[in-house]
Amino acid sequence: MTTGNDPITKRREIALVGNPNTGKTTIFNALTGLRHSTANYPGVTVEKRSGRMQLPGGEEISVLDLPGAYSLLPRSLDEEVVHDVLLGIRKDTPPPDLVLVILDANNLERNLYLATQVLETGLSVILVLNMWDMAQKNGTVVDLEKLSELTGTPCVATVGMEREGIVKLQQTIALMLLEPVARPAKFSLEPFLPEGLKNELDKIVALIESRLRDRPGAVFGEALRLLPDRLFRSPFFKDIKTGDLLRTEILSVRSSLKQNGIDWTSVEPECRYRAIDDLCTRVVRRASHKVPAFSDRLDKILTHRVWGLGIFIVIMGVIFQSIFSWAQAPMDLLSRVIEKMGGFAQAWLPEGALRSLVVDGIIAGVGNVIVFLPQIFLLFFFIALFEDTGYMARAVFVLDKLMKKVGLNGKAFLPLLSSFACTVPGVLATRTIEDRNDRLATILVAPLMSCSARLPIYTLLIAAFIPNIHVFHLLHLQGLTLLGLYLLSIGAGLGIAALFRKTFLKGNRMPFVFELPPYRIPHLKTVLGTMWDRAKEFITRAGSIIFFLSIVLWFLVSYPKDPAAQTRFESVKQQASVTLSGEALQKRLSAIEHEEKDLRLRSSYAGSLGRAIEPAIRPLGFNWEIGIGIVASFAARELLISTLAIVHHVEAQGGGMTDGLIRALQEQRSPVTGKLAYTPLVALSLMVFYVLACQCFSTFAIVKRETGSWGWMFFMILYMTGLAWSASFVVYQGGRLLGFE
Amino acid sequence: MNRTTLDQLKAGERGVVQGYQGEEDLHYRLKELGLVHGTRILVKRFAPLGDPMEVVLRGYSLSIRKQDAAKILVQKDKNDDGK
Repeated sequence: MTTGNDPITKRREIALVGNPNTGKTTIFNALTGLRHSTANYPGVTVEKRSGRMQLPGGEEISVLDLPGAYSLLPRSLDEEVVHDVLLGIRKDTPPPDLVLVILDANNLERNLYLATQVLETGLSVILVLNMWDMAQKNGTVVDLEKLSELTGTPCVATVGMEREGIVKLQQTIALMLLEPVARPAKFSLEPFLPEGLKNELDKIVALIESRLRDRPGAVFGEALRLLPDRLFRSPFFKDIKTGDLLRTEILSVRSSLKQNGIDWTSVEPECRYRAIDDLCTRVVRRASHKVPAFSDRLDKILTHRVWGLGIFIVIMGVIFQSIFSWAQAPMDLLSRVIEKMGGFAQAWLPEGALRSLVVDGIIAGVGNVIVFLPQIFLLFFFIALFEDTGYMARAVFVLDKLMKKVGLNGKAFLPLLSSFACTVPGVLATRTIEDRNDRLATILVAPLMSCSARLPIYTLLIAAFIPNIHVFHLLHLQGLTLLGLYLLSIGAGLGIAALFRKTFLKGNRMPFVFELPPYRIPHLKTVLGTMWDRAKEFITRAGSIIFFLSIVLWFLVSYPKDPAAQTRFESVKQQASVTLSGEALQKRLSAIEHEEKDLRLRSSYAGSLGRAIEPAIRPLGFNWEIGIGIVASFAARELLISTLAIVHHVEAQGGGMTDGLIRALQEQRSPVTGKLAYTPLVALSLMVFYVLACQCFSTFAIVKRETGSWGWMFFMILYMTGLAWSASFVVYQGGRLLGFE
Repeated sequence: MNRTTLDQLKAGERGVVQGYQGEEDLHYRLKELGLVHGTRILVKRFAPLGDPMEVVLRGYSLSIRKQDAAKILVQKDKNDDGK
């Protein structure tokens, strides 16, 4: 019997396990305070939260918050991690010395399903009955002593939010950790199993027990859970030595059970709930079994046929409003701070490649992402708030039917909405979707949602090329164009999702069910904590990759250097300073500098790339200057604007460079034909391209991580590029056929 | 008689789970969530657009799509006045 202690540090570890919505996180926070960190389990996109706590005796132990799970028969990545950690299968996370199973005291029966499974693993367990105050209010009385006696494990009542029962819990943890070996639980499923099953299962036990030497108690439960595994998904079947034998044995056990009239497809849930019902009749004295009245009244409004939808739309309107307008002031402030930092570095560092790297590469590149933080913080705040109050489940409930029409489910709504701010948090938010196909489809279309980095491009091009007129005396043509772009983004996203779900992402592995927890008053500390954890993840995740790519892009834009040209410009500058003076000199110098910048960009690797892709984008109406902009956009889409400003020699004047750039674009003529280079048709084609094209390195990185596959990432890039090219082609060539230029 | 499927129940009606029909693999999670033979359920309400539906069982509320509820056989309570 090992307890999985690290031989070097000897720091002991406890793990928190429980169903979703049991307040597990509040218990974790109460035990660890704010001292915790989040990471990912290696190889999977499951969040690993761990922290430290001090026992009354002074010993420091680590606390692991395992993801929410309903069963030890895994149906999602989260559940797989819980299963594997508890059974000691994960090499990176040894099984804990003690498990705290967090149960919602209002909902003991379903919570006991997982709890009794954990009891059977043979690990030391404490049952923590959380939300005790609510249970009392609702008239549910649980006899803790009796429950403790019948299960053979200590039981503690808590109210995580109020920190009630936490001291008692800490003492119980210390007490349990004093015991040298795990205390076996008294709970046993055996009396509730149909006759003859045990003998049959023993045949399977014999085949898998060597794999679970550390957890002999867990073998029976594992064998039981292999029974319904029709598709042989369990890793036990992949064992080289015993896998095939196990397959044959399972098939023979199934047929012999069938002969004896035992339904092997659902033995565990049927028997376990019988055992739980038996347990509950003895420990729960008065189960009221009713939804709290307050929650019910609220639901009558929030999921009402008319009001429910209306309120939902208003709430989403507020979120959108906050993301796009309230966030503006802090975003402006941040961009000024970043500019200042750039100026600071400019002044302090000696001229040369290093200064250019720091100022134009790192500060500018990372700054492009930092600027979005206010939006992302707000977005995460609202998400955490909705989760904490229970409204999130209602939003999913209200919207599921709509999302089902395009083959997604209600839980896809929030990730897609988040993607209007930024694709990265949107893709991260898809983790709540358990079903693989649903989740993949959502991830693949999330980048089609028009993120806020595209907005400056729309604004510029619309201001420059869409006439400021009213149609039908009412509708503003510029506003209408913007609306059209957003509708295109939504339409494309939903259409593509429907297409994928009907073709290669067909079907579901499990029915779409979710819990509707009672409404709760939000707990500000929990909400802010969740927001901060996720924002931190975004910053480190996106930040590190952007940092790296900013350097790459800076290199592409700055190299190769042309020393001959540099000396030529130097001599021209010197000449100017000899012949001119005062204002005229300044003017001349800045003109030369612009020319120099332009030439550097044209002859850089990015410039060559822009030229290289010109033949491909010519049919869309784009020149090679736009080509360079498209290349630069991969770091951040709005770089199209600064690139166009550089290649068209636009100077910042007074209110910034926007006015100058608009004029430059309107007047620019093609050197070959002498016609206007940018027309409303080209602008429209370009905007359509930017709606649909996947041009964001952070998105690539996050999709690779979350799907765990380069294949899906490349597929996403390919399909989006193809879609963008085709749509722009249709717009531009179709427009020309209709007689537009 | 009173034997029907869960999706056929109206808001406010109660019943007892009798079993399942159709593909078993998809049902397993529903059973693990407590929808096993003999479990009492109450249909609380339907979503504003008519689907999914909220059912109360074992003291908690679950949202389930009608297409999945149609696989669950239930014995409807007699003389139910919807309370």
